[in-house]
Amino acid sequence: MTSALGKDLLALESLTGEQIRLILDTAEPFKEISERSIKKVPALRGSTIVNLFFENSTRTRISFEFAEKRLSADTVNVSASGSSVQKGETLVDTARNLEAMRIDMVVIRHSASGAAQFLAERIESNVINAGDGTHEHPTQGLLDLLTLRDRLGDLTGKRICICGDVLHSRVARSNIWGLKHVGAEVAVCGPRSLLPNAIEEFGVIVFDRIEEAIEWADALNVLRLQLERMTAGYIPSSREYNRVFGVSRERLERAPRDILILHPGPMNRGVEIDSDVADGPHSVILHQVTNGVAIRMAVLYLLAGGKPELAEAAKGGRA
Amino acid sequence: MTQRPVVLSGGRILDPSTDTDLTGDVVIMDGRIQGIESRETSVDDAEVIDCRGMIVSPGFIDVHCHLREPGREDVETVATGARAAAAGGFTAVCAMPNTDPVTDNQAAVGFIVRQAQRANASRVHVIGAISVGQRGETLAEFGEMVAAGAVAVSDDGRPVVSAQLMRTALEYARTFAIPVIDHCEEPTLSLGGSMNEGIVSARLGLKGIPSEAEEIMVIRDILLARRTGGHVHLAHMSTVGSVELIRWGKERGINVTAEVCPHHISLTEERVLGYDTNAKMNPPLRTAKDVEALRVAVKDGTIDMIATDHAPHHYDEKEREFADAPNGIIGLETALAVSVTNLVETGHIDFATLVDKMSCSPAKLFGLPGGTLARGAVADVTVFDPQREWKVEPSQFLTKGRNTPYSGMLLKGRATCTIVGGAVVHRL
Repeated sequence: MTSALGKDLLALESLTGEQIRLILDTAEPFKEISERSIKKVPALRGSTIVNLFFENSTRTRISFEFAEKRLSADTVNVSASGSSVQKGETLVDTARNLEAMRIDMVVIRHSASGAAQFLAERIESNVINAGDGTHEHPTQGLLDLLTLRDRLGDLTGKRICICGDVLHSRVARSNIWGLKHVGAEVAVCGPRSLLPNAIEEFGVIVFDRIEEAIEWADALNVLRLQLERMTAGYIPSSREYNRVFGVSRERLERAPRDILILHPGPMNRGVEIDSDVADGPHSVILHQVTNGVAIRMAVLYLLAGGKPELAEAAKGGRA
Repeated sequence: MTQRPVVLSGGRILDPSTDTDLTGDVVIMDGRIQGIESRETSVDDAEVIDCRGMIVSPGFIDVHCHLREPGREDVETVATGARAAAAGGFTAVCAMPNTDPVTDNQAAVGFIVRQAQRANASRVHVIGAISVGQRGETLAEFGEMVAAGAVAVSDDGRPVVSAQLMRTALEYARTFAIPVIDHCEEPTLSLGGSMNEGIVSARLGLKGIPSEAEEIMVIRDILLARRTGGHVHLAHMSTVGSVELIRWGKERGINVTAEVCPHHISLTEERVLGYDTNAKMNPPLRTAKDVEALRVAVKDGTIDMIATDHAPHHYDEKEREFADAPNGIIGLETALAVSVTNLVETGHIDFATLVDKMSCSPAKLFGLPGGTLARGAVADVTVFDPQREWKVEPSQFLTKGRNTPYSGMLLKGRATCTIVGGAVVHRL
């Protein structure tokens, strides 16, 4: 069964605006399931899904697992530590072994860019990229889009600025492509040492100062600053980063319009984002987390060949 | 040793070293070029090879390949490399010293020389290391290595990080009149990089290697060659900036020569999209602008020669995550066709220039035998079909490597007969 998304979800770059809207629309009815007392529908009953996490993750792994369980799939979690991976098994052998167990889907998180595609090209099961190196994190991009759409309506022409370490961020790449595909205006803001040298070629606006970004944007997606960037010499210190690029209440108060604050988590409070912003009225950070489950349900459902128009009906069934 | 004479009959004899371009016969006796005749010749008891429609040229010489022996005989040996070279039309190749153990002393050089003699295919010249263990610290014994047969020195695979060591190497090499070959890469700029830095690396989330990592070392080496008068040979040039810098150096009469690899004049960084590890090499594939600049540089003489950087790897080593896969692709059996297809067919150069870049120029600049069909010269001859189209099928290669980005591609130009010292070592 070929789904409207193809076999896999590896990246948002290769999707169309239409496909992205389809996922967002499909997520809408799934939101409600998580609000029920019995949070389970039979849409993926009998499907086997492996969550293959070569890199540590709490939020994303739990979010996928809830999405799978709420759709009644059978799931297995594999993490790199304690598995055959630690014994030196190659990614291709891991893939072949999974395939031999006749599974239906793999959700993969891996530290190497391209790992999800590598796997997808070698197995017949559907592959969902849950973050590959510094390449993409498509479900995060989609849940960000869903959150923005919930608050801003149609995203055409809306101004979204991605702030921080774009160079090493898979969230940034998925956001840039996803937002551009649905017609939003995209900017980035951060120290040039943490932006790709060729950033302008993505077709985005670049702000060197956070004040300019705040003046321009309808929403800021504030990226986590990996603390190892300091030791690697990209920036001098987290203290200076906060002073120059930190999103603070004082800075937001000068915004000419209501501005939404997103953050993919986990946050470094007091570094890229101040606590009173993270917990304040502009923040939609927890809304993102809630939407994450609905988005992943939608992606799982669509890749399994579910018809988008049946999503409403699918959620009506009893487990 | 008496050898049966060979007559290469009726081909287009193309030898820029003697300004020869005529249709006729090449007569080979006792391992040497006996003469070139514009009419049909008959030689008693000769093996006559029909070369009509073919180009007969001095044998190709590859100054840059990795034959992996000693150390990684599972991916290539001197013998398999020498046979692959013959199949590709190369009558001689120069083996880089990044073996295990490193070829940094006379015994190691002698071992490869002997393995090459036993292989009985194309000639294998040895390049010794610049520094002991290629560690970039102390000079290896150039004199002893040259006495054992080394024709050049290089720490290829690694840059010579210390400018002082490079300076000393260029000075010391003058005694032996050998080139010092540098792999130009400023290591702090390239650290962790696995492809060209640009929009494609940004899209793929792969750490890039900026062109400046190469260019900074190119100009450093050129300036050191100016200071020392030594011969610096720049390996695998890949950027438009490097071309400009070499041009600058040559205009000033500095003793700098340079090579380009077939992949850098035929493929761009876009080939990495999809994370194909057979498009991963160092220096990486660059942009269309770089490719065009390099093609022009071959034509105008800024680039002196074409070299393969043939680098076989085991299948398992390439079948993995892009950033973790080793650098390098095989090239001995595709170099001619890739060059014909991307330099001659595109109108950048004619066949005479191609023969110069693949044979005459490397022989002359590295002081190697061959590179000419002059009477009395060693009979290293390549016969190739300039029009033959063929599909690249890695399983047909004689090299042990299968890591090529050209798999399945239709290319033009193929060696049909390779003669080394008067003996036929390859017939298609």
